[in-house]
Amino acid sequence: MTDEPKPERLHLMLFISGASPASAQTVNRLRGLCDRNCPDGYELEIVDVYQQPELVSSRGVVAVPSLFKDLPLPMRLLAGNFTDEPAVLAALGLPTTKDE
Amino acid sequence: MLTNTDVVGLEDQPRFQLPKSPTGIDGFDEITGGGLPVGRPTLLCGPAGSGKSLFALQFLVNGATRFGEPGVFLTFEENRADLVANTGSLGLDLDGLERDNRLLIDVVTLEPESIVETGDFDLEALMVRLAWAVEKIGAKRVAIDSVEALFVAFSSKPALIRSELQRLFRWLKTQGLTAVITGERGVTTLTRHGMEEYLADCVVLLDQRVVAEISTRRLRVLKYRGSMHGSNEYPFLIGVDGLTVLPITSLSLEQKVSNERISTGVFGLDEMLGGQGVFRASSVLISGTAGTGKTTLATSFVDAACRRGESVLYFSFEESQAEIVRNMASVDLDLARWVGQGLLHFHCERATTLGMEDHLATMQRLVKQHAPALVVIDPVSSLARGATGLDVSAMVMRQIYYLKSAGITAVLTALNESEVVESTGLNISSLVDTWLRVVTLEASGERNRGLYVLKSRGMAHSNQIREFILSGTGVRIVPVYVGPGGVLTGSARAAEETVERDLVLGLDQKAAELATALEGRREAVETHVAALRADFETEESLTKRLMETTEERRQALQSDRTEQGRKRTVASTVKP
Repeated sequence: MTDEPKPERLHLMLFISGASPASAQTVNRLRGLCDRNCPDGYELEIVDVYQQPELVSSRGVVAVPSLFKDLPLPMRLLAGNFTDEPAVLAALGLPTTKDE
Repeated sequence: MLTNTDVVGLEDQPRFQLPKSPTGIDGFDEITGGGLPVGRPTLLCGPAGSGKSLFALQFLVNGATRFGEPGVFLTFEENRADLVANTGSLGLDLDGLERDNRLLIDVVTLEPESIVETGDFDLEALMVRLAWAVEKIGAKRVAIDSVEALFVAFSSKPALIRSELQRLFRWLKTQGLTAVITGERGVTTLTRHGMEEYLADCVVLLDQRVVAEISTRRLRVLKYRGSMHGSNEYPFLIGVDGLTVLPITSLSLEQKVSNERISTGVFGLDEMLGGQGVFRASSVLISGTAGTGKTTLATSFVDAACRRGESVLYFSFEESQAEIVRNMASVDLDLARWVGQGLLHFHCERATTLGMEDHLATMQRLVKQHAPALVVIDPVSSLARGATGLDVSAMVMRQIYYLKSAGITAVLTALNESEVVESTGLNISSLVDTWLRVVTLEASGERNRGLYVLKSRGMAHSNQIREFILSGTGVRIVPVYVGPGGVLTGSARAAEETVERDLVLGLDQKAAELATALEGRREAVETHVAALRADFETEESLTKRLMETTEERRQALQSDRTEQGRKRTVASTVKP
């Protein structure tokens, strides 16, 4: 890898509850947000809590949707369906566009 | 005070009542008539450190080990290592139970600082986790400790958390899981976050107070739908066996009564008690001022029991075992022998080191362990120090009932501060079956001990005061003398006894003298009679002689006359 202080790619793990319309909306919102704000791309793993309860347990998930930003460190946990975009961007360490 | 609501027998329960899930926690199942409501969530409220987590854990562990019900422990409070370490000392083998799939510990780590809320969410993941855990081991019991963490982690959405919890509890109910949920007490509301509206089936409050520098824990069943429950506050203890609620008996006043009488170890005292001693499984109170010999009298009971081959538990709150054994040896009571044979066990503890509840919990534990036939509490009055008044009587009362219902004879000593008042200050004298009082009798410059039976239910007993003597040859009860000056004891009695003895001696002597005199008189008379007889015999023989002589002379005369007559007749016939 290069020595440049390049921001690392985001590694995200999203937990959703099943394949409901609400879940689909949540995923879309996240993808949109990341597409717009991550020029270098990102890694997103989507986990259905009903399909993988052991993972829910081992990762200590309580709320759903829950998004884990595993990289870059520090690890952050985002709870919610990403309707509060500024909060999402801040939590993910992505530059926010300032409103006038 | 012990009321009917404390004691919940199965026959008291309403007809259609919820089935109960036993917690296995000493005393708690008794208060609730069987345990927690099956298939319902129970709220356990209390401040930090009040024992909520332990209660919840014990509920699960007992469920797994004793009642065949695996359980899931969902904890937000402790990490696994701490949990295992902390409970290991209480004899809870969490690791082992997890390996056997009888327990599943799910540690939920919420770090509020690292959680960012980005929109709407719910707690479905938590429920998924719980459901998965329950299914994995076939759990029947669940504990969640504590829900406060959720409110803290998602502090901007308390309403959401509440409604999600409601959803969770409904789910628990549909799954038929018996759950214990812990939470904090509120200031104005029952729980901090107002959960009681929908967790109203059963609510248990835990509390911890410091009174007179001794910390006491209390538990209260606030609400229990569909069931009767003891409504008082019950002290409880966290000891080496975990949580114990105490002291509770599940029997009401209906217990089997024994007609067997056992000796007090002092013959004179057995005599005062209808000639046979006290009833087995009765309670005996020995009260008196300092130094009157209460411990010694209690020890006589111990000695008598050990001689019968029965085991004894001696709780001493003032003296050490060594002191008691040494002191009793001086009155010829050999306790060392019984200790050596394993019949006598001492438990000595200064009353002031622990709260009363601790003492009583220890007592119950040891009684269960040793199953004695006789228990001595010496003195029960020292337990009262440092505890609030009403509590003490109620708790001593419970302990007495507990022992009685277990068929154990209880001997309690109590210190009276003054001679005048016939009260132990504990109000237990009305509860005990037999009340012996030791008093000091002062007279003629001496202090001696007196004993009397103030009451003894179910038997005729002496109403006299007797003297109670402790000496190198043992304990004796002797009748007192009632002289013209009143009751005589000690050397006055001894003096009186001497006087009587002398008097008797004097009378004996007099009788002997009279007998001797009579003998003498008899002899004199007989000598006299002998003399008279001798005289008479002489007289008799003389008289006989005289009579013989007289007879001879008469015969001689008679023959003379006859001769003369014949001669005359012959002469007249001879003529010229």
